[in-house]
Amino acid sequence: MEKLPYERPYIKRLTPGAMNKFGSHSGAQPFKHIDGVQVTNLIAAYGSPLFVLSETQIRRNYRSAYRAFSTRYPKVQFAWSYKTNYLNAVCQIFHSEGSWAEVVSGFEYRKALGNGVAGNKIIFNGPSKSKEDLMLAIENDSLIHIDHLEELNLLITLSENLTDKPRVAIRVNMDTGIFPAWDRFGFNYENGEAWNALTKVVASGKLRLTGLHCHIGTYIQSTSAFGIAATKLADLALRCKTVLDQTIEYLDLGGGFPSMNTLKGAYLPGTDTLPSIDDFAEEICNKLINSDFAPNELPLLILESGRALIDDAGYLLGTVLANKRLADGKRATVVDFGVNILFTSFWYDHQISPAQDFSPHTENMAIYGPLCMNIDVIRENINLPLLNPGDHLVVHKVGAYNMTQWMQFITFRPAVVLIDERQNIHLIKAAETLDYIEENENVPGHLKAK
Amino acid sequence: MKIKKNIATSENGFVFNPATGDSFSGNAMASVILLAMKNGVNTAEIKADILKKYDVSVAQLDRDWEDWIIQLKEANLLELELNHGN
Repeated sequence: MEKLPYERPYIKRLTPGAMNKFGSHSGAQPFKHIDGVQVTNLIAAYGSPLFVLSETQIRRNYRSAYRAFSTRYPKVQFAWSYKTNYLNAVCQIFHSEGSWAEVVSGFEYRKALGNGVAGNKIIFNGPSKSKEDLMLAIENDSLIHIDHLEELNLLITLSENLTDKPRVAIRVNMDTGIFPAWDRFGFNYENGEAWNALTKVVASGKLRLTGLHCHIGTYIQSTSAFGIAATKLADLALRCKTVLDQTIEYLDLGGGFPSMNTLKGAYLPGTDTLPSIDDFAEEICNKLINSDFAPNELPLLILESGRALIDDAGYLLGTVLANKRLADGKRATVVDFGVNILFTSFWYDHQISPAQDFSPHTENMAIYGPLCMNIDVIRENINLPLLNPGDHLVVHKVGAYNMTQWMQFITFRPAVVLIDERQNIHLIKAAETLDYIEENENVPGHLKAK
Repeated sequence: MKIKKNIATSENGFVFNPATGDSFSGNAMASVILLAMKNGVNTAEIKADILKKYDVSVAQLDRDWEDWIIQLKEANLLELELNHGN
């Protein structure tokens, strides 16, 4: 006789309380496939934990965001924010869609060159550019976005004997009505610092002022902040034209658009509260088109969106290791992925789904990672069905920042696979090994194991 | 390990403690076990019956049984087993 399916016994106290005006919670759903590929097969082939990226979703995000801007403004260019996810396969998807590269270090700059991006399509941002980095960027005719006066002075010095002037922009920070104002990067608009820097660039006679750049923050939940930024950059560009006789060829509004993840402490899920990319495009493009630029002199609009284009294309698959009952009676589940590889669990209440069928009973639990560290908490509270050791879980919307900010700490970093548009699976980064981690270590002779 | 005598249980997993007014809902396995406990079946017999009928290993069942008893204690549904010291 075939045995009945087993589920561990569980009782839940019924607590009558106030009605919930948002309706009953629909509960988790099993999430068994990613782009038609079975989760269990992915784990069987590549191990657990495992990052999975969907090429289909990345391209869909890019095209939808580009359409949002290009249908509202005549000249639009996207530049892929390398720091968000600089796995070469990911960068190549964005470049194949038409994205330039936006980099913030010599390391990222060289990665972009390695990915075959033409030098004049690399935007070089950030507060730390060495003399060698700048020389390389000058030789490649890249767009250098100046962050501080030291960098400006160094650039002027490096350009002394050059025949072709390096193309530069300055990064402008400003009050856009949101907190915190990112005033640590670039030159301030309100106190005149940005204007002084612009006059200095022009007065040097050594640099070609090409654009203006700002990046007002991250995970910005208000469209009006971008409207203010667009207005202020347009104002600065028009003053450059009238006062300095310099035509600003592009305005780079940076990134900072949110993904649909739910921030910790948020009352409602991100999907219910955040503006869409179309809302941001509407605000930015409206402000630029209604500014005082002549219609045939509208500058190119550059956007450096990262998170919004890739977060929901990334999944983290993992496995339940153990169940515990905490001292206060609350359930805790230990899983094989921790904050070392899921950095964003410090910011978000990530959605987590079981990858197999389950009964309708759910239990409130904490999800802990495998690290022997008290801070390794993936979710402090989440309602999930009764999980057993060996069950698989899928964490959603993890494509941004996790594969660049992950730490090699206590254990190895896992593999990353890409599911292409034909449902083929490609290993785009292998899991770490002990040999790889120790490759550049050196033990002095007298300390070597005998 | 005995469940309190006055606890009311239903076949679909509803549990009511008239002494405290607390009510609980349990899953199918909880209903089966509660019913057996209420009928005075001892732990070894309940476990043997589950192992016979359900797809679960001895180790897993033992592990879950410990958690089950904690849940019952937490819910105040178990008879107090006092040690009188005699």
